[in-house]
Amino acid sequence: MSLGVRLFLALLEGTVTGLVLGLAALGLSLVFGVMRIVNIAHGAFFMLGAVIAWYVTSTTHSFVLALVGAPVAVAGVALAVDRFVLRPVRYATEATIVATIGVLYILEQLVLSVYGPYARAVPAPIYFRIDFPWFGYSGYKIVVAAAAMLLLAATWWLVARTTLGLYMRATQQNREMAEAFGVPVDRLYACVFALGGLLTAIAGALVVPIQQAHYLMGLDMLLLSFMVVIIGGLGSLGGTLVGALLVGLVDGVVSVFFTPTLARIVASVVVALVLVVRSQGLFGGEAS
Amino acid sequence: MPVEKLTRRQALKMAGALVGAGIASQFVGQAPAASSPPVAAAAATSGKPIKIGFEVHRTGIGAAYGKWYERTTAAAVRLINETGGIAGRPVEIIAEDDGTDPKRGVEVIEKLAQHHKVDFIFGTLFSNVIVANAPRAGELKIPYFVVSEGYHVPSGRLNRYVFQPGITDVRAQVTAVAPWVVKNLGKKITMIFPDYAFGYDHRDFFGTAAKRLGAAVRAMIPIPPTETSFTKYFSNIPRDTDVIYHVMVGPGVLTFVKEMGEYFGTRKPKLFGFIDSLEAVDIASPGLEFLEGTYLWEAFPRYAGSTLTAAEREYRRRVGVDANGASTSDPKDVSAYSHMFGCWETLFVIKAAVEQSGYASPKDYRALIETLERMTVFPEGLQHPQGPKRFVGRLHQVFGRQFISQVQARKLKVVYTAKIEDSLYPPEADYTKHPL
Repeated sequence: MSLGVRLFLALLEGTVTGLVLGLAALGLSLVFGVMRIVNIAHGAFFMLGAVIAWYVTSTTHSFVLALVGAPVAVAGVALAVDRFVLRPVRYATEATIVATIGVLYILEQLVLSVYGPYARAVPAPIYFRIDFPWFGYSGYKIVVAAAAMLLLAATWWLVARTTLGLYMRATQQNREMAEAFGVPVDRLYACVFALGGLLTAIAGALVVPIQQAHYLMGLDMLLLSFMVVIIGGLGSLGGTLVGALLVGLVDGVVSVFFTPTLARIVASVVVALVLVVRSQGLFGGEAS
Repeated sequence: MPVEKLTRRQALKMAGALVGAGIASQFVGQAPAASSPPVAAAAATSGKPIKIGFEVHRTGIGAAYGKWYERTTAAAVRLINETGGIAGRPVEIIAEDDGTDPKRGVEVIEKLAQHHKVDFIFGTLFSNVIVANAPRAGELKIPYFVVSEGYHVPSGRLNRYVFQPGITDVRAQVTAVAPWVVKNLGKKITMIFPDYAFGYDHRDFFGTAAKRLGAAVRAMIPIPPTETSFTKYFSNIPRDTDVIYHVMVGPGVLTFVKEMGEYFGTRKPKLFGFIDSLEAVDIASPGLEFLEGTYLWEAFPRYAGSTLTAAEREYRRRVGVDANGASTSDPKDVSAYSHMFGCWETLFVIKAAVEQSGYASPKDYRALIETLERMTVFPEGLQHPQGPKRFVGRLHQVFGRQFISQVQARKLKVVYTAKIEDSLYPPEADYTKHPL
C-alpha cells in the first residue's frame, strides 16, 4: 500500500478518534472549568453510558431510545453524585478527587456484578461501508464523528449564548462575585455536573456499536481525556477540541507508521512538554 | 459557603501527576477480592477437606474467562464431592480474585499458601500472571496447576512445582494445525497477534512451522492488548496475502473482527483465527457477519455436533452449557468453551494424583509430584470430556486433540480434527531433573 494511502488512512482514523475523544473529554473540561474539581469518575460515566445504551437497545431494539435514555440516566447518576458526594465535602479539591475515585470504583464494580465481564455490541443504527479504491471504512464511524462535531458546537453555543452559559462563565471567573450577583451557584453546580455526565454518556452510547460496552472501557478513556484537557487547557472548550484532535492524530499517524506503543509515548511526551512549557495548557488562561 | 480555591495551575499539575503515575490503570488491580464460601461436602466424604486454592480472574481483562472458569470448577467439585471426594476427603475450593494482574497474582499465591494454607493452587489463565506467579509458588514449594495455554510450562522456564495437566499449550496447538492451514488456505501468511508473551508464542511457533512447510510469513503485526481501534493496523497487511492468521484476546476482539470486515469488504483474504479471539462472544453478534466461511481453531467445539459423546453431554449439563455453548439460563451468556474444560480436567488429574500417591498433607508433595510426572495417559470419559490425553511428565504438559471449525450459518462446524500425535514436538525441558 502506497505511502499516500497509508497517510490518508492514518489521518482519517486520527480525526475520527480525535472528535470522539473531544466529545468524551468535554464533560471533564466543563466540570473543571466551572466547578474547579477534577472528576475521576468521568471515565465511569462514559462506561455507564455505553452499558445502559446496550441494555436499552437490546430490550427495546431502538438505538435512538438508547441515545436518549443512557445520557439522561447518567445525568441522573451525576446529579445524585453531586448532591450526596460532592456537596457534602463542599467541593473541596482533594476531597472531591478521593471521593470521585470512590465513585469510579463503586460504579465499575456495580456494572461488573450486574452486567458482567463481557464485551457486548449492538448493531449500528446507520450502517454503510465507504468503499475507497484501496480499502473500506465504517460509515457509522463518520456519522459518530459528525455527531461529535455537532455536540461540540452545541455546547459552545450553550456556554457562549445562553443565560445558563452566562452563569457558567461568571462562576468560572469568580464564584463569590457571581453568587453576590444572584447566580444560584449550588443549582448551577448540579446542572454543570449533570451536563458533564450527559455529554460523556452520549459519547459512550455512540461508541457501543464500534467498541462494545465493557466495564473497564472508562479507564483508558479517562487517561486520554486527561491528556486532552492538559494539552488543551482545563476548562477551555476550544482547547479541548484542539487537544483531542492532536492526541487522535498523533495516535493515528504514529500507530500506522511506527508502533502503537510509540504513539502513546509521543502523546505522553507532548503532555509533559505542555506542563513544563505552558502549565495552563495551550488555550487555558490563568485563574483569577 | 467557603470553598477551597484551586487554581488552574494546581489542578493541571495534579491531573498531570495522576496521568503520569498511571494511577487510573492501577485502580483495577486493587479492587477488593472476595473469598468464596467453602463448597459443601457431601455425605459420602469424611475427614479434613482437601483445600484447593483457586486463583481466578474475577475482574480485569480476563473476567469473562474467569466467570466460566469459576462455574466449571464449581461443577467439577460438586461431581467430585458427590462421588466420594478425593481419597474419601471432601474438596474445598478457596477462590481469590487476582484482577488479571501479575502483581496482585503473586499476592494471591502468598495469601492462599500462607494464610489459607491450601494443599494446592490452581486455575490461572493469563500468561503474564502465570509467569509472575510461578517463581513464588516454587519458592513456597506448593504445587501450582495452571490452566493457561502459553508455552511457559513446557518451555522449562518455570519450576518443578508448576504443572499444566488440563489444557494443551500454544506450541502444540499450532504444530497440530499449521499443516492444514498451509495446505488448504495458502502459503503467503500475515500474522496478527497480541503484543506480549502469549502472542509471541504464536508468532514464533506458527512462524517456524509455516516456514518448514514451505509457506512464507509476509508480515507480522503485533497489537497491544489494550487497543480499542484496529483499522490503522490493517494497512500493514501486504496485498498479496493469501491468509490472515489472527489471534487476539481481551474486550477489543469483537471490534477487531468487525473492523477487519469493514476494511476488506468482499476482497478479503482467507482467514484463520484462534477461538481466543471470540471466546465468550456470540458468533452471531452484530458485525461478525464477515466471519462467515472463515476458519477458527477450537480446543473443544463450542457447538454440540452430531458426534457428542455421553461424557460431553453430561459435562455440558453439569456446567450448565447448552448445545450452542451458552449458559442454559441465558443464551446471551456465551461460555469460554475451548478453555474452561481445562479446569474440570485439571481437578480430576489432581484427584488421580492424590489418590495414586497416597498424599495426605504437604509433607507428601514429593510423592505427589513424582507420581504426576510418571503419568502418561488420561482416557476419555466424564473426567476428561474433551477427549483422551497424553501427559509428558518431563514437560509437565498435557497434549490433546485439536479442532478446526468453519463458521457456517453463524455457527461453528468442525471440519478437521488433528490427532494427539500431530501436536507433539521435540521436548526442550526436563523438569524431573529440577530440584524439589
